[in-house]
Amino acid sequence: MITPEEYFTKRHPVAFPIWQKAVVGIAGAGGLGSNIAISLARAGIGKLIIADFDSVSLENLNRQQFTISQVDQPKVHALAANINSFNPFISLEAYCMKVTPDNLITLFGNCDILIEAFDDASQKEMLIQNWLEKYPQKPVIGASGIAGYGNSESIRIHRLDNLYIVGDTQSMLEEGISPIAPRVAIVANLQADLALELLAKQDTKG
Amino acid sequence: MVEPIFTVNANKLPWREGLVVRDALTMMNYTFKMLVIKVNGNLIKKDDYDSTPIPQNAEVLVIHLISGG
Repeated sequence: MITPEEYFTKRHPVAFPIWQKAVVGIAGAGGLGSNIAISLARAGIGKLIIADFDSVSLENLNRQQFTISQVDQPKVHALAANINSFNPFISLEAYCMKVTPDNLITLFGNCDILIEAFDDASQKEMLIQNWLEKYPQKPVIGASGIAGYGNSESIRIHRLDNLYIVGDTQSMLEEGISPIAPRVAIVANLQADLALELLAKQDTKG
Repeated sequence: MVEPIFTVNANKLPWREGLVVRDALTMMNYTFKMLVIKVNGNLIKKDDYDSTPIPQNAEVLVIHLISGG
């Protein structure tokens, strides 16, 4: 058996203890959410709360962190299994349900930071508006504009107080064409990195 | 005399008394349905686009929420 001491080596002396205490919510476990969750779990976030109502399909495998053998499984359960295969020490709460204004507090109220990782724009808007209304002091990190390939220098972080939007805020999905793996992963990892940055800053502020 | 203005995403627009958030979207030809809007740092709820006034010299930020994830 591996011990936590053996597993968590070569970590940042100041930031890592902060991340270990942190609780991060991820709304959506698709292209964005699966990449965000895996990066945050590798980085050493202590607890992740992930919600998504969907199951893995074959067409998700072009960009989402699942395997062929996980097709038809609920995404949150497949993702939890994948995370536990490389980090057995993380605390995971996985909810296979649709996020609504009514269950937002129950699901994510204990989180230090919420990351919006939905596909649909109206869901993104619902989550961001409701979160900022209920928790004006807690950061929410959304994504907008991830489609296509190339021109990735147009992807940036828009910082609006406690609301952060990552993406090019321009690129639309073309009918029948999925987002493509690298650009989704770039945005997802910018979201994940920003969460790490905000947590470290929050804590050092006291 | 200096013409009164306000800005939307750093674009200067002529300001007049009685402008509301919805007018700013029209002036910018923003047709997106899903948006995040801040006026001078304050988040504006969707239900309030028609009733929230834009003060002179206001800084309006509009971000499109685009599907994909």
